[in-house]
This record gives sequence, C-alpha cells and structure tokens, in this order.
Amino acid sequence: MGALVDNADLLWQGFTATLLIAVVAGVLSFAWGVVLAAFRVSPIGPLRTFGTTYINVVRNSPLTLIFLFLGGSTSALVGIVIPVSRNSYFGITVNNGIIFAIVALTLYTATFVCEVVRSGINSVGVGQAEAGRSLGLTFPQVLTQVVLPQAFRSVMPPLINVFVAHIKNTSVAAGFATFELVAVAQRLSNVNPADVFVIFMGIGVAYLAITIPLSVTAEQLEKRMAVVR
Amino acid sequence: MTAPEQVLFDVPGPKAIVRDKVYTVVFTAVIVGLLGWLVYTAQSRGIFDDRWQVLWNPQKGGQTAGDVWHSLLVRGLFEGTLKAVAISVPIVAVTATILVIARSSTNRLLQGVAYVFTHVFRGIPVLLVMYFGVIALGLAPLISVILGLAVYNTAVVAEILRAGIAALPKGQREAGLSIGLRPLAVLLRIELPQAVRIMLPALVSQIVVLLKDTSLGFIIAYYELLTVTKNNYNYFGEPTTVVFVLVAAVIYISVNMAVSRFAHWLEGRLSRTRTSAGGGGTPVAPPGGVAAVGIGFGGAGG
Repeated sequence: MGALVDNADLLWQGFTATLLIAVVAGVLSFAWGVVLAAFRVSPIGPLRTFGTTYINVVRNSPLTLIFLFLGGSTSALVGIVIPVSRNSYFGITVNNGIIFAIVALTLYTATFVCEVVRSGINSVGVGQAEAGRSLGLTFPQVLTQVVLPQAFRSVMPPLINVFVAHIKNTSVAAGFATFELVAVAQRLSNVNPADVFVIFMGIGVAYLAITIPLSVTAEQLEKRMAVVR
Repeated sequence: MTAPEQVLFDVPGPKAIVRDKVYTVVFTAVIVGLLGWLVYTAQSRGIFDDRWQVLWNPQKGGQTAGDVWHSLLVRGLFEGTLKAVAISVPIVAVTATILVIARSSTNRLLQGVAYVFTHVFRGIPVLLVMYFGVIALGLAPLISVILGLAVYNTAVVAEILRAGIAALPKGQREAGLSIGLRPLAVLLRIELPQAVRIMLPALVSQIVVLLKDTSLGFIIAYYELLTVTKNNYNYFGEPTTVVFVLVAAVIYISVNMAVSRFAHWLEGRLSRTRTSAGGGGTPVAPPGGVAAVGIGFGGAGG
C-alpha cells in the first residue's frame, strides 16, 4: 500500500492525464463521428464514398498502428509535425505525448461512434424522414431536427460502451511516451518491485472508478428501453 | 454492411436531380483536389524517391526483398500476430462458456464471482493486464499477450453469448427441461448453439478486435507484425518509416477485411440452412434487437 500512498501525486498526475485525453478525444471523436455518419447517409455520392473508405481503413487498423503512423509518417506525407512543447493548463502538463494521444484516439474512436450513430439512424422509421421532407425540410434539417434526436435516444447504451472502450484505449498512449495511468503502474513497479500487486490493483481500481459507473449506466438504460420496446 | 445501406432520401424530382449532380461534381472536385494536394505535398517532400525500393530491392547489408517480406509476413504476421490469435481464440471459447455457465448457475457464490470477473475485466485496459503479466508475474511476452487478450475477451464474449441466450424464446429452455434434460445440458446443448448462431456477427467482430489487440504486444516487446515493422525501418533508415508503416497497415486491413468477409459468407450460409431446416417456423430473434445488442459489445478494442 505504501508505494501508492507515497506516490499519490504521481498517481493523481497519471489519472488526470488519462482523464484529459479521454475527455478531449471523446468530445472530438463524437463530433467527427457524427459528421462521418452524416456523410454516410447523405444523398451526395462522393461524401458517402469518403465516409465508407475512412471507416473501412481506420476501423480495421489497430490503434497502436495509428500511433505509429502519426509518430513516423505524417511528417513525410503531409509535413505535419506535432509540436514538442510543454504547457500547463489547469495544473495539468500537456506535452506532445498527450496531443498525440488525443489526435490518434479522435481519428480511431470516431469510426466506432459513426457506426453506432448510423445504426441508430437506420433504426428510426423511414416515415420520419419522409414526414420531415413532406413538410419541406431540407436534408440537413431532416437529419438534425427529426432523425438524429430520435436516433440518439436508442443509441445511448452502445454509445456509452464505445466510450468505455475509448477510455481504456487511452492506455495505448503509455507505449508512446505519454505519462498516464498505465505508465504510472509501470514506473512505480520498477521502483518498488515488492509492491507490484498492490500497484497494479490500485491502477486497475482507478480505471474501474471511471468505467464501471458508465457501463452500469449503459446497462440501466438498456433495461429501461427493453421494457419500452 | 450486410443489409443494403439505408439512406435518408427518396427518388429525387427534376430539381433535386440537378442539385445532386452539382453537389456530386463539386464534392468530387474537392476530394480529388485534396488527394492531389496530398500527393503533391508528399512529392515535394521527396516521398517518391528510392525509399520504396526497399520492398523489392533493398540496398543494405546483403538483405534481399525476400528477407524483408519473410520477416513481415512469416515472422511478423504468422509467427507473431496470428499465432497469438490462434492460441487465444480457443482459450476464450472455453473460458467464456465456463463464465456463461457460472453466471447462470444457481450457486450464488459462483454467480457473484462471475459477475465481478465480467465487470472488472471489461473495465480495465488490456494493456494493463499485459503489463501485469510481464512485470508482476514475470511471464514471457507471448504468454502475457495471451493472458491480456484472454481475460478481456472472455468477459466480453460471455456477455455477447448471454445476450444471445436472452434473445431466445423462453420455450426453448422449457422444452429442454420438459424432456428431462438438466439445466446445464439445456444451456450447453440447446441455448448456447442457438446463441452462437444469432450472435455470429458480434462474435466475429470480436475476433477482429482481438486481432487488432495483439498489436498491444508491440508495447510489451512481444515479437509481432508491428515490432517487425519497427525493426525494419530502424534497420533501413528513417525515410523507410512511412513505407513500412503503410505496408503494415495494408496487411492488417486486408486480414481484418478477410475475416469480416468470411463472417458475412458464414452468416449467409447459416441463415440459409436455418430457413430450409426450420421450414419457416423456427423462431428467430428480431434482427434489429440483436444488432442493437451486438453493437454494444462491438466496442472499440485496442
């Protein structure tokens, strides 16, 4: 227990880094995922093709590979170099490792958000879109004011599960020079070999503290909707 | 992607046809323009120089193209990535079945243990379990990879199977009990086979997740496709990074798409046998409901 208590500040630093990556990348991937879903159901062919290609490529690539790609190939391909900097916001040190993780996870999680939202759109009766159109609404209006609000209600449980997986995926950043929870586990157990079990348990509990409330919420919502259905 | 894609528009009128044509031209131009810019800017950075030669005529240390591809496909893909998959999948099939049995048993203790196992291992990162194997248990990288993949996927697959069983009509279980089968036999011989069948799409997408998760082995020094990729570009020099990373991406994407394609084919076959054998009377869970549940677990592995 000692190792965890003595290094509470490190633990807190890792926890906030994990949370920061998860929240920022979560919000961004949600936005990007909804846009991709809109592309995939839009009447414009080129956008549908783009959406489908993006999903097939990114969803079939491992997240580790996306990290590796961003780390080694973007400078050669498009000349984008993620800046090496250390700035502090709200007492959290943001280095390029964290920015990396946010970019990689946004690109990756968006594909799962897209597929869930798209299945939600498909679950809304066709009559809804037709009714909207017969009132003279345009495609963006039908999508944002009629279909999506209904779609979101039914996709909440799977969407939450996507974000639970997303939160756990932030751990991949540990392999790419980012100091978050798994990196804390690794560092502490190297320094305190006697306390490894406790350290890993503590880090596990830190993850569960974020993920279990979410997955329980998803389960509750699912149960409630099962009754309605 | 099995069903025809649903789109939110219907047969357009003359005005809409013109408008859609204009949009199609405009967006094609935008996308082609972006791609062109991408190629141009990459070209100006010398991407099309001789670095690609490493794939057919490497110029260093007496390596042949055969050596490079052997390292990528045989040592990386088959003896690294696919080996971990091939060992993990049967283990998961067995342990997930055990977990389903435990969850549905009448023994409260067994039930509780299974419940805690499911929630704990669905909630912590696979990479943490792999690190635990390497650092705390002192296991070899391969065993740690398998440990991480096995505990997480056991929890997830068990939940998928439970959802499948829940989607079965109650009569299936009652019929089994009424012909004198014990509850365990009903579960194993009547409910599980049907659950596997209706949950096949979710189960296969879980295999794709598992396959992608083997790449976490890269981080704990397990020798798999990404490790080979990195060794290759470290050996042939920094400019070849983009070459090898793109090759690795193509390999992963092809394998994963092949698995999905296989699942699609299997699904078609199974649903055909079902209709012919059941004579139309076999109760099948509503596809919408099953899909909704399946997506919940399809989640983003990695």
